[in-house]
Amino acid sequence: MDPYILKKDFPVLNDETLVYLDTAASSLKPIQVIKKLDEYYEKYSVNVHRGVYNLSYIATELYEDSRRKVSEFINADFSEIIFTRGASSALNLVATSYGLNNLTSVDEIIVSELEHHSQVLPWQNVSNITKAKLVYVPLDIEGRITIENFKKVLNKNTKIVALNYISNVMGYISPIKEIIRLSHEAGALVSVDAAQAAPHIAIDVKDIDCDFLAFSGHKMLGPTGIGVLYGKRKLLDEMPPIEFGGDMNDNVNLYDASWKEVPYKFETGTPIIAGAIGLGAAIDYLKEVGLDNIAKHELELKDYTVKKLEEIEDIVIYNKNADTGIIAFNIEGVHPHDAVTFFDGDNICMRAGHHCAQLIIKWLKVVATLRVSFYLYNTIEDCDKFVESVKGARDFFKSVGF
Amino acid sequence: MKDLELLYRQVIMDHYKNPRNKGLINDPGYKTIHIKNPTCGDDITVQSKIENGVVKDIRHDGTGCSICCSSASVMSETLIGKNKEDAKKISETYINMLTNKEYDESVDLEEAIVYKGVRKFPARIKCASIAWKAFEGTIEESE
Repeated sequence: MDPYILKKDFPVLNDETLVYLDTAASSLKPIQVIKKLDEYYEKYSVNVHRGVYNLSYIATELYEDSRRKVSEFINADFSEIIFTRGASSALNLVATSYGLNNLTSVDEIIVSELEHHSQVLPWQNVSNITKAKLVYVPLDIEGRITIENFKKVLNKNTKIVALNYISNVMGYISPIKEIIRLSHEAGALVSVDAAQAAPHIAIDVKDIDCDFLAFSGHKMLGPTGIGVLYGKRKLLDEMPPIEFGGDMNDNVNLYDASWKEVPYKFETGTPIIAGAIGLGAAIDYLKEVGLDNIAKHELELKDYTVKKLEEIEDIVIYNKNADTGIIAFNIEGVHPHDAVTFFDGDNICMRAGHHCAQLIIKWLKVVATLRVSFYLYNTIEDCDKFVESVKGARDFFKSVGF
Repeated sequence: MKDLELLYRQVIMDHYKNPRNKGLINDPGYKTIHIKNPTCGDDITVQSKIENGVVKDIRHDGTGCSICCSSASVMSETLIGKNKEDAKKISETYINMLTNKEYDESVDLEEAIVYKGVRKFPARIKCASIAWKAFEGTIEESE
């Protein structure tokens, strides 16, 4: 893959001075995806699953064809793909539908301090309501989830394991396949937050054997407002819908009703039709480039940048050995919010704050961090410009008295 | 970077490094408001003591970036000793200035006027306003 050629597909990067290093929050969108959205709105912007006319048939075909693309993307079956608003609503669906209806006070839920709020908070809620015990995997010295530590908290009472595939702050890849194998042995189900994984590494749900897996479209070149929940068919069949209304129902009587088959019983109301179709286009794009190429490229940029940053005094890096293209760091003595304004002045977009993961920020014992994250459109020149800006920021804040 | 330099070189660094009226007081005569900006981690508590319609004292404590922390200090220095109505007027004027709304330029914002530069950094307006919003909250509590 050639990032210099790929860059040209991203209209936001027409501004050649812009350095975009915040893909972990949201990726930029290529023209192929944008055009697909326009195509829907311009040519067949009608509802799906309802109209008995040709346009609706076309819209439905395209919407469902995206579901097929998603299922192939992660090696799932077609009916196991539920479209949601994003990874957050997908993970909430699992906790609300499965968790609230199956857990009791004797059960345990395993999470970690490395989780995004959208993975830990839904289970905190389930724990508060059902009195199931919320248990945290101790992180190792680097902040990783290890098999050794996971075994310490897994036991016969564990009913749910809810962990990330890749951390959105530390960029570590969890040993998820082994975690799932051990969990199944103990009789627990595993719900995987793959929001940072789906855009960057190839996922095979049959190979890792996860029970649920969630990700968002907008972090993987797709539109905002669309996400995916994968669930094993057998589990989804047994789970009740959490939203009721149009399209999800089968027969409706005065005092009861029946539901459509999965995935439709979980997709009430007019879905995010354009978003789903756009996500299909994003998947086409990622497949064309190749996820293995993307992962390799990001890691190269990360390693290169870490090496450069290590040469600068007063820079603290929290995840030097990250497995993916994410660097969490601070400039000693400078609040990240002060620092990020300097980077903004150099037209570098990056994140400062808690990254929706306060538990790992507290674990690091810092108030907040800066974070850069790389993607297929980033180049070595972006890294160099960023490193120069870090030097400039450090010098500037020292000069004014930090 | 000239705008940024101007912003930091003025009052901000002084108050960031040497905050005035910092530290909370355990006294029922003070009204207390705690405001948090969960996205960036700014976390400020402001206390005010109003007696006979005059702002007798303001205290603040918390963590945050230099703009957030320094503005709490500047706010306390600016408003202590003012009568309540003037303090409210100054606070309102300050917030309007920051958020690019029309504001009464005849109101003397004293040192707080340097935060006018924050308007050039829209993403930081919240940082500069959080302590003042908390102060306004304490006034509402006292009324």
